[in-house]
Amino acid sequence: MTTEARLDFLPSRDGTIRLSLSGRIEVEHLATIAAPLEDFPLPASGGSLVMDMTAADTLDTAGAIMILRMERRCAAAGIAFSLSGLHNSAAQFLAHIRSIGEEKTPPPPIPHPVLELLERTGRATFHLLAEIRDILGFFGMLSITLIQSLRHPSRLRGGAILTHMEQVGLNALPIVGLLSFLIGVVLAYQGADQLQKFGAELLVVNILGVSILREIGILITAIIVAGRSGSAFTAQIGTMKVNQEIDAMLAMGLSPIEYLVQPRIFALVLTLPLLAFYADITALIGGATMCYMSLDITYDQFLLQFQNFIKLRTLLVGLVKAPFFAFAIAMIGCYQGLKVSGSAESVGRLTTKSVVQSIFLVIALDALFSIIFAKLHL
Amino acid sequence: MTEPPVISIRGLVSRFGSHLIHDGIDLDVNRGEILGLVGASGSGKSVLLRCAIGLMPTTAGHIEILGHVTGQMGDNEAKTLRHHWGVLFQDGALFSSLTVGENIEIALKQLPELPAALVTDIIHAKIALVGLPADAVHKYPSQLSGGMRKRAGLARALALDPDILFLDEPTAGLDPIGASAFDELILQLRESLGLTVFMVTHDIDSLARICDRIAVLVDKKLIVDTLPHLLEIPHPWVHDYFHGPRSHAAHIGE
Ligand SMILES: Nc1ncnc2c1ncn2[C@@H]1O[C@H](COP(=O)(O)OP(=O)(O)OP(=O)(O)O)[C@@H](O)[C@H]1O
Ligand SMILES: [Mg+2]
Repeated sequence: MTTEARLDFLPSRDGTIRLSLSGRIEVEHLATIAAPLEDFPLPASGGSLVMDMTAADTLDTAGAIMILRMERRCAAAGIAFSLSGLHNSAAQFLAHIRSIGEEKTPPPPIPHPVLELLERTGRATFHLLAEIRDILGFFGMLSITLIQSLRHPSRLRGGAILTHMEQVGLNALPIVGLLSFLIGVVLAYQGADQLQKFGAELLVVNILGVSILREIGILITAIIVAGRSGSAFTAQIGTMKVNQEIDAMLAMGLSPIEYLVQPRIFALVLTLPLLAFYADITALIGGATMCYMSLDITYDQFLLQFQNFIKLRTLLVGLVKAPFFAFAIAMIGCYQGLKVSGSAESVGRLTTKSVVQSIFLVIALDALFSIIFAKLHL
Repeated sequence: MTEPPVISIRGLVSRFGSHLIHDGIDLDVNRGEILGLVGASGSGKSVLLRCAIGLMPTTAGHIEILGHVTGQMGDNEAKTLRHHWGVLFQDGALFSSLTVGENIEIALKQLPELPAALVTDIIHAKIALVGLPADAVHKYPSQLSGGMRKRAGLARALALDPDILFLDEPTAGLDPIGASAFDELILQLRESLGLTVFMVTHDIDSLARICDRIAVLVDKKLIVDTLPHLLEIPHPWVHDYFHGPRSHAAHIGE
């Protein structure tokens, strides 16, 4: 018994082309014979072709299809095709495969590249506008339900809020702490380097205080949280969408907004200010450490300078932004999660999108706040 | 029968933590046989199937498929063996980011390259074989109905014309005509390819019509026999299963 499939071209007799297939005509052995058979030149003059299958041990679907393709090519070229020596069961099988039909749908047409570029640009613009509209709509709907649930606090799901606070807040402490400490170190070093030239080392404390408390602390925290928790929100809700869990909730009369979105929003709005405050402190500690090590400013001097020049207002101006950033991050995270459709791939795509959009929103809001605070002379 | 069994399981024990699922399972499936596995929901049928194909580690026991001992194979041996079986999971498990056609193609891609036109024909034939409309080839799984996804999963399982087909509730969710066409298809494939089928099913009609033997999973063990013999077994669950109203509707056990 041969193990591999073989294709042999036998000498033709009386104008009849004779081919022989032997061995196991199965999909894993087809590679060697399919290409020669596909490329076999058929004479234009008609005539007949006999495929001898006496030595073929087995035949599977792929093998049968290969033979049927040959049969069809012969028919198209006006050549009489016949099989010889086929086992009974194989003949039946071939007939079965032939009977299931050859109906095919052509793949969707590939459009002209320039037209496609135009079409895609148009589509993208349209999607962008539609998305802005939808996010605004989602924002409106959320605001209404949030106000409603604030009027009936008993409907708030306290347990879920606490769980999410743990995930987005407590579990983020190490990474937020480490990064803001390092940022404090870097800022202090850069500031010190410049100020030393004027002999005004001590002013580095003012620079650190103002920049960290007003901007850096909250921005760093918001960006970390957007990458960590905004993406998690999208992935969690998106996976539920893929598993039809959201459909199940709707069918049971449970509101996904109330059960999934609200707890996440409340949790983040409550947690981000705390996290930002924590980041402020660790960044300042980082800065103070750097000052002590490279500028010989002792911790006492640092604190004294800090107390004299930094006002409580500076801290508050920074922290007041936190709930707004939190709302934006949680809203985008949940919105993109609910937009997931069908496939696992769309979970991935929308998770990326949610991070990009929430970071964008955070920075845009920050710019807006800067303008407002400047007008208010804060 | 001189030929050794295609699937041979000895003393299989499996557990999730302290939750014992199987406690000493023995089973032989011969070439060309269609074996039906039944049992209560949650009795561990899907888990048994996952153990057999090596997706789940077993606590004890010996599983041999086509002469290979699963669980102690090298990577290459495992890969070749996997070309010889097709699996249809309980919920289809199609790759959601690929179209139905691409789902089948990805299985064919593991082999030495075939001419593209032949591959296209094979894909279309598999789709027709499982009774899906031809335009399903360009659709994504999320655009199909539950029953169509099942058929697409079967088409993918059949992509490499396997020797063994593992099916987890293949006819669940199919309409009765589709289900019996499916039974017919399995018989036809067995006839022509010498396919061995190991199928978990609750479909009494399939059990009666196409299964040569039936394995019943009760009390963490298997009772394997032909349908007429199983009808005689006094075990209460087995008795209720084969003498219930649904069995009567299928003209079994009368
Ligand atoms: N990943 C898992 N972790 C823990 N326990 C599991 C896991 N998968 C299954 N089980 C348990 O194993 C048992 C058997 O599950 P299995 O899926 O095999 O049931 P089944 O017989 O296929 O039921 P059905 O007919 O409903 O499909 C169940 O009790 C289930 O709770
Ligand atoms: Mg199951």
